[in-house]
Amino acid sequence: MTVEPRNDAFVAFEHVQKSYDGVTLVVKDLNLSIGKGEFLTMLGPSGSGKTTCLMMLAGFETATNGEIRLDGRPINQVPPHKRGIGMVFQNYALFPHMTVGENLAFPLEVRGMGKSDREAKIKRALDMVQMGAFANRRPAQLSGGQQQRIALARALVFDPKLVLMDEPLGALDKQLREHMQFEIKHLHENLGITVVYVTHDQGEALTMSDRVAVFNDGRIQQLAPPADLYERPENSFVAQFIGENNKLLGTIEELSGDKALVRLATGELIDATPVNVKEKGGKTLVSIRPERVEFKPEIMPPGAHMIDAEVLEIIYMGDILRVVLKVAGSDDFVMKMRNTLGQTRLEPGQKIKVGWHPQDARALDP
Amino acid sequence: MKKTLILTTALVGLGFAANADVTVMSWGGAYGEAQTEAFVKPFMAETGIKTIMVDSDNPATPVKAMVESGNVTVDVANIEYADAIRLCDEGILEPIDASTLPAGADGTPAIDDFLPGAITECGVSTDIWSNVFAYDNTKFPEGPTTVADFFDLEKFPGKRGLKKGAKAVLEFALMGDGVPASEVYDVLSTPEGVERAFAKLDTIKKDVVWWEAGSQAPQLLADGEVVMTTAYNGRIFAAAQNEGKPFQIVWDGHIYENEMFVIPKGAPNMEQAMEFIRFATSTEGLRASAQQISYGPARKSSMAEEIIYKDGKTVMAPHLPTAPENMANALETSADFWVDHDSELNERFQAWLAQ
Amino acid sequence: MADAAQILTTADGRPLKAALAAAQGRAKRRAFLLVLPLLLFVLLTFLVPIAYMLMRSVEHDGFAASAPALVEWFDENPDFDPANPPEEAFAALVQDLARMQEERTTGIAGTRINYSVPGSISMFKKGAREAAGLEPPYKEALLAVDANFGRPALWRGMASASNAYTAEFYLVASDRKLTDAGWARGGDKERIYLYLFGKTFMISALITVICLLLAFPVAHLLATLPMSKAALLMILVLLPFWTSLLVRTTAWIVLLQEQGVVNNLLVGLGLLDDKGRLSMMYNMTGTVVAMTHVLLPFMILPLYSVMRVIPPSYARAARSLGATSWTTFRRVYLPQTLPGIAAGSLLVFILAVGYYITPALVGGADGQLISNLIQFHMSKSNWSLAAAIAAMLLAAILILYWIYDRLVGIDRLKFG
Repeated sequence: MTVEPRNDAFVAFEHVQKSYDGVTLVVKDLNLSIGKGEFLTMLGPSGSGKTTCLMMLAGFETATNGEIRLDGRPINQVPPHKRGIGMVFQNYALFPHMTVGENLAFPLEVRGMGKSDREAKIKRALDMVQMGAFANRRPAQLSGGQQQRIALARALVFDPKLVLMDEPLGALDKQLREHMQFEIKHLHENLGITVVYVTHDQGEALTMSDRVAVFNDGRIQQLAPPADLYERPENSFVAQFIGENNKLLGTIEELSGDKALVRLATGELIDATPVNVKEKGGKTLVSIRPERVEFKPEIMPPGAHMIDAEVLEIIYMGDILRVVLKVAGSDDFVMKMRNTLGQTRLEPGQKIKVGWHPQDARALDP
Repeated sequence: MKKTLILTTALVGLGFAANADVTVMSWGGAYGEAQTEAFVKPFMAETGIKTIMVDSDNPATPVKAMVESGNVTVDVANIEYADAIRLCDEGILEPIDASTLPAGADGTPAIDDFLPGAITECGVSTDIWSNVFAYDNTKFPEGPTTVADFFDLEKFPGKRGLKKGAKAVLEFALMGDGVPASEVYDVLSTPEGVERAFAKLDTIKKDVVWWEAGSQAPQLLADGEVVMTTAYNGRIFAAAQNEGKPFQIVWDGHIYENEMFVIPKGAPNMEQAMEFIRFATSTEGLRASAQQISYGPARKSSMAEEIIYKDGKTVMAPHLPTAPENMANALETSADFWVDHDSELNERFQAWLAQ
Repeated sequence: MADAAQILTTADGRPLKAALAAAQGRAKRRAFLLVLPLLLFVLLTFLVPIAYMLMRSVEHDGFAASAPALVEWFDENPDFDPANPPEEAFAALVQDLARMQEERTTGIAGTRINYSVPGSISMFKKGAREAAGLEPPYKEALLAVDANFGRPALWRGMASASNAYTAEFYLVASDRKLTDAGWARGGDKERIYLYLFGKTFMISALITVICLLLAFPVAHLLATLPMSKAALLMILVLLPFWTSLLVRTTAWIVLLQEQGVVNNLLVGLGLLDDKGRLSMMYNMTGTVVAMTHVLLPFMILPLYSVMRVIPPSYARAARSLGATSWTTFRRVYLPQTLPGIAAGSLLVFILAVGYYITPALVGGADGQLISNLIQFHMSKSNWSLAAAIAAMLLAAILILYWIYDRLVGIDRLKFG
């Protein structure tokens, strides 16, 4: 897919390609516009090209073809230290031989800033991440979370307009990670900076971003706000990569506007919303989120198709119950039920019927 | 503690010496081979006494260490003349009774048959080797003939090779300055004499390539790095004889020295060791050695008949330091002088080199 | 009561500390047994010889043990006038000389005195031969044998040597000479040891710097190349270790001498006149080139081991923070390689200080370093002086090590 570059874009990739070996492309025709003040996340499995894009933006890799612009200025030939981009690394990359204060002073010193100005800025940046008391510590004396804060402060201390973050929370434990997600989001909003964030953690991407670019195989598969990404995936890769997902393979039986009727291999008919299927008779992969699967006919819209299912296993997860069903010949169909007081109890072996609202089932490329 | 250490020091390749009746320690290389051929093999064949040869970089050092530690595993050692005197004075060596040495083939008693100085209180000469100087005769067809020529850069331009050390070099310089061989040590014993030697060396200092290992001298000459160099005569002979190098030895002012067989104090097989020395230093023994390598026998009777090199044709006499024609202006190294002044003059030499 | 309450005990009432010690004791004993062979090896082959060397540098009983009469006399007359020793002193000397002749210790005693008063060995031998036949007055009799028996320097030397423990060897190693008036600085033409100490340290420092300059880029390349190429390069780096020292040294002679490969090439290409061949061998250049080659791997390996673990993200971070590549190198990369630089430099320097074969063979007149003199005195069995020089070398290196520790911190050294 392509997104037309916006003229007011703060960061723009235009037809960018990258190859390391001259044989294969790791980034294939990348077009991406990032608005000023936006929090954009590049999400994808490893090897999808997202980190390469970030490195090209930072200037550590050169684009094999195409143009990258920052604030309207082409930066392909600008060395990294002249781009004025702040960057946070996965392993923090705090200079081990310098104290926290010296680490923060570094970008200011190389910019020739006077001592008093420097100190004021360092103090402000440290206070911003609640690390004001740690200026004289060495990085090795800090915990992972503290180092992460310092790395953030260092990337921000010289007031960059654009900050790149390369899996910055990857090394933290879950609780700390969630806390830091919140703090980074908070800083982004307060400072009005533009953030390009790389992660392979979809939860992180969905929580923090204004928009998420899902990468696979050197291309952006979908660029959309988090809710759209989850609820309206545009192709089967995105549908499978983001969140949990039930897949049913079938053929388009009927196609009319925003409605499609799909015949499964077992002969059953189901409802779906066509997304990227073109014509009757075409193969399709229908994707349904487990929490949108219903088994009570009374809450289904009139005329909706329901199909037979057999309960195989019920997994108790506290807030929800996860029901594994055998549907249309496959035995990995999942339905999530809220664990409420009045919830119907199912038993393994029980035969039921399941269905869904047609707009929750998306007919995608097979 | 002291004992343990010396013992460790003394363990220089001696572990295997245990099973022989006589263990002889020498310098290895071509020299050691020559001794094996000339002394060890015939001795074993004649007496049946099992004899083996072990090598050392300088046998005097392990011999001293062994005697001091009381763990002597060597019966006979081949050491330099000065060391034979010094270690004898220090009580490290067994005295050797010269009267038990065999008379010459012509019946002359050993005392008279050996050249003067070849028998000392604790040692018997195995051969006489010499510091000579040699040149490449393709460079100088009308070659240098005297020590003075070595120092004459105008007549014979080109670099000179000299051994990096005081011994033999200072004597050589004095002879180059016109001091007759017989007066060299008298002159060198005075401070003025030392000054004179260094002053002579000063005249060629900038054109000298200093060598350290004996093999370097013929190599420097072969590579054309120097046009003439001092060297051990055996090395030049071997290069000329075996490799066909155009090297010519100048015997004027050569400085010769006896190499000695000694018996360390407390040697395990004293009797057999003495028997080996008697065999090796007999008229025939020394003669056999000179057939192997161009170091001269210390017995007059060994040179009575013409000595032919092992190649079967080369007449050895002109190549031996002991040949009468080579002895016209020759100097015997004074062990007494160097025992007294080695450290002192070496320090002086090093300081001079560094200036 | 309060104290007792504070001692933690195990469930069965034993003090916790004792229980812990007992539980760990077996493991500790086993660990110690495993280390024991190495410990003994190091002790026996390293520490003992060093201790012995240090002892040898201050101890020599060659004279003290063979001249009891003189030792006694010197003890009773510590303030005698060396310029004019009395008849009793000569009597004691003659008595000792006769005894030396009998016990065959003339050489040992003479050698000991010869260290500070050259010429003594033959004097002692002459004296000892005649001693039995001498009649009083012994002073005249002995002076008739050799007038040098009256030299004040000899008497000072004998007085000093009558004590088995002496600092004399350190004086000699510091270019002092025993003169008739006592110990004094040697003449201009005699001083050599301190000069060679200085020269040895200078050359070693120079070689260390050159090694560092050459090794740094190589180590960096090794650390950043992909594994397969790095392995090949590493083999090239280690190649010098696979050939013997003498072969390598000879190879340099063949290359660099005046009629050598390099000069022939330059003359052949017309870059040099045949008369203007470069002197690269048998001088300082030869020493530095050959030793740098020999010691280079000792610099590359520690540097490599340090560089390999510096993540590239540091340099990237610095660049993204606005530093030029030079600033990045100077302020971020270089400081992190310091432990490797320190280790490599220390290693190369200390090895260079002790090298003597290579400089002796290729250094010509410039090739004498302090180790050559140690070797010289060893070969002349003057172990005490050799030990004194070695001890001074050791002390200098320890001082250097100490300075290093203050500047860099020994705990930060990384040898690989």
